[in-house]
Amino acid sequence: MSILRPERPTLDDLKPELADMERRLFLRGSLSLGALTMLTGCNLVSGNSVDKALMAMSRWNDKAQAWLFDPNKLAQTYTRADITTPFPFNAFYREAKAPVVDGATYRLEVSGLVADRKAWTIGELRALPQESQITRHICVEGWSAVGEWSGVRFSTFLDRIGADTRARYVGFKCADGYYSSIDMATARHPQTILALDFGDDPLPRKYGYPMKLRVPTKLGFKNPKHIGALFVTNDNPGGYWEDQGYNWFSGS
Amino acid sequence: MSGDASPKSRKRRAIHPSIVRLTHWINAAAMIVMVMSGWQIYNAAPIFDFKFPAWMTLGGWLAGAIAWHFAAMWVLAINLLVYLAYGLFSGHFRRDLLPITPAGVWRDVKAALAFRLPHALGHYNAVQRLLYAGVIALMVLAIASGLAIWKPVQFQTLVWLMGGFDIARVVHFFAMAGIVGFFVVHILLVMIVPKTLAPMIVGGTAPDAEATP
Repeated sequence: MSILRPERPTLDDLKPELADMERRLFLRGSLSLGALTMLTGCNLVSGNSVDKALMAMSRWNDKAQAWLFDPNKLAQTYTRADITTPFPFNAFYREAKAPVVDGATYRLEVSGLVADRKAWTIGELRALPQESQITRHICVEGWSAVGEWSGVRFSTFLDRIGADTRARYVGFKCADGYYSSIDMATARHPQTILALDFGDDPLPRKYGYPMKLRVPTKLGFKNPKHIGALFVTNDNPGGYWEDQGYNWFSGS
Repeated sequence: MSGDASPKSRKRRAIHPSIVRLTHWINAAAMIVMVMSGWQIYNAAPIFDFKFPAWMTLGGWLAGAIAWHFAAMWVLAINLLVYLAYGLFSGHFRRDLLPITPAGVWRDVKAALAFRLPHALGHYNAVQRLLYAGVIALMVLAIASGLAIWKPVQFQTLVWLMGGFDIARVVHFFAMAGIVGFFVVHILLVMIVPKTLAPMIVGGTAPDAEATP
């Protein structure tokens, strides 16, 4: 069973042998010395009850955040003078390990609850109306940096592919093995874009070439880079960090 | 405290009403979880040139600490709201925390430093009033700055009030530091005047009008 969503079997299918290891790692984490001092009297032998209670609260926090989310409220925007240089590189691997994607053969695959499953080239994405934003990228760790991204408004793209906008989630799969997902309300937020440019140039490799999701209303790890496929679904697809215990909604 | 069960003594008010005792201990537990998990979160991207030792933190790693922090925050906030509502509507604040005057604080600080400040159970001296009102204000500040960091888009007015996202993190840090400072002083004072501990657990009965010397 997964530590994040024990009632959903999909994650078991994804990584059956990892799930148990992850849970044990997470437990070892939550049962630090501090936790031991705090929880004298609780069942620490299994520790599962603590873990389950924390994850239940995290799911409650998903709901509370979805309720707090105002689809019309815009993230603060900045001027070019506010841009952080150099913009920090961040991933679950070192910068040198960032994937190399061939733009010429690149295709964005589209699947799930959509009318048109045609794959998209970079040129086709660039042919759609483009818009820019200078917004603050906030990492779950606490640091933040201001950057400028340009690309296709995601709601425009969802309309083009005939996405079922009553569906609950949009999932993303990336060239580096990363994956994540967001709620439909956030997907349709006016500042959620499929970013193709960083500053005046095409998105460099370290920032997610050829395309990343830019969502200023979510924490940084909900902004997947090097997106190769996206799909619309009613089953929560989870995410690389989310499945290890990070809060799924993680909205700003 | 007292085995006297005469009707007269039963009419005496408790030193600490049950709701104050309950919210006090819930708050203590929630605050310890918030501070220790907060230290772990701080360590992921330190604001200053130091980290908290791992043994002082809760959660083991960032995801675990965040899970603790955002679970305990509900307990902390709801408990504080219950306490504030009680304090405002029961007259507890008006009766026991106010007034806080500079002259009164100055007088009692001097007396306390000379170890000549009498401690009357069921009656807060000016130093206590200042400390308790101060820590309540710090908790409100910690929650406001925490909300600004947690939801900088949805609560952008709070972010603006704090002077921006990065300053909100610093405000959150110093609100924590103030609360921890209060905690240290609070524990020290309880150790100096240990008779104050039992009433916060079992309630106790306040002595009649005459003050304990």
